[in-house]
Amino acid sequence: MKVSYYPGCSLDGTAREYGNSFREVASSLTIELEELPDWTCCGASSAHVTDDGLAFSLAARNLMIADRLGKDLVVPCAACYRRLKQAEKGLIERRPVEGSPGKYPNKIHVKHSADFIWEACGEKAIRGKVKRPLEGLKPVCYYGCLTVRPPKVTGAQNPEDPQALDGIMKSLGANVKNWSYKTDCCGGNLILTRPELAKKLVRQLFDMALEAGANCVVVSCPMCHSNLDTRQKEILRENGDRYDLPIYYFTELMGLAFDERSIGKWLSGHLTDARTLLRQQGLL
Amino acid sequence: MATTAPPAIVPGPAFRRQIQQLSGEKISACFQCEKCTNGCPLAFAMDVVPHRLVHSLQLGALNEALDSDTIWVCASCETCTTRCPNDIDIAHVMDTLRQLSVKSGVKESQKQVPIFHSTFLSSIRTFGRVHEASMALLFAFRSNGITGVRNQAGLGLEMVRKGKVRVVPHRLRAGRQVKDIFRRSERKQGA
Repeated sequence: MKVSYYPGCSLDGTAREYGNSFREVASSLTIELEELPDWTCCGASSAHVTDDGLAFSLAARNLMIADRLGKDLVVPCAACYRRLKQAEKGLIERRPVEGSPGKYPNKIHVKHSADFIWEACGEKAIRGKVKRPLEGLKPVCYYGCLTVRPPKVTGAQNPEDPQALDGIMKSLGANVKNWSYKTDCCGGNLILTRPELAKKLVRQLFDMALEAGANCVVVSCPMCHSNLDTRQKEILRENGDRYDLPIYYFTELMGLAFDERSIGKWLSGHLTDARTLLRQQGLL
Repeated sequence: MATTAPPAIVPGPAFRRQIQQLSGEKISACFQCEKCTNGCPLAFAMDVVPHRLVHSLQLGALNEALDSDTIWVCASCETCTTRCPNDIDIAHVMDTLRQLSVKSGVKESQKQVPIFHSTFLSSIRTFGRVHEASMALLFAFRSNGITGVRNQAGLGLEMVRKGKVRVVPHRLRAGRQVKDIFRRSERKQGA
């Protein structure tokens, strides 16, 4: 299977392990990713706050490239996904693109990485690749905001209770815990500007994850990961609450279950220790 | 016991119409069910909670909306938009209000968020993609000077050690196209 791939800016920096693990896992599942040539930033959370037209044009430019390649576009970053879906909606409704006279033919689909893997491979194919079932791992799946919202733009079938990550984790043999905070905001958008608010939301998520009996959190968004992974020491220093909750990208755990060798390298990028739990469970 | 009357709100239908036109959202459809406020994860930190903000817009109370902390506390999580039974994209209305607020001048106490967005956008404009390291550093400096940089230095260095920082920005052929997109939307804004 061949698809186009839009990594987005974070996957080259703060979310490097997400990009690397996604590429390796895709290759194990015989999915060929073709990175969009000369892709540029989608405008992320700043363009739409500033100027609707700018937000549309920055994202639409990339969709026009994907359209020329003619294959569905897979996007691992939730914020990129949200912005590209918005531009796709605008293009379908025939909004003209700056500097591009043609009409948008609407042949390709924009898909978020977890939905794509779950829909394209499904339980059987994923289970078939598992060499190391994730027994002893008790994750809660945290989808965040923009992989599902707003459903009118993303097309999410079940925006209050999405299932793709849960399905993938169960196929890997993990003991997935249910909780009602799957899509509650972590405040990632505010972490640099209003860190005290973001940390309050993060702590609430941690408390609820622990209450659900989880020993780790699985995510599919670079901002969620960064927000949940990098601030645990600060929270300990400021509030005395020690969480030590490993935050995994779903692709890292897929790689672990598939016995990919690079797992150690991916996990070394985490600021909150992500290896001890796996060692304790005999998975590393 | 002395009580002071709340300041009278002078209805301004022109402002309601302006917001409806700019945002494309039908503000007048709101019947104050409060679903937006009840689902909002940041309502606790807002001075005007979402359903009240929409009510202010219905009344045309320009200043209450534009000067509120709310529009800069909102994290654009879009829970309100998702749950609104009247199909009002409230998160998008927040965007519209932010855009107007930036044009009319943001209060000093609320400047952090607009500074962040302008720093983020200038990184896109310069490099075609966001260069996280220089963007975060520049934001820390622009918002809090040397103290801001010093406060973020520890975490920044740890991220460098963990290999999470791309030091040298990309050089893209498409850089010029991105600059053109910025120039064109600026022209439109000015027009």
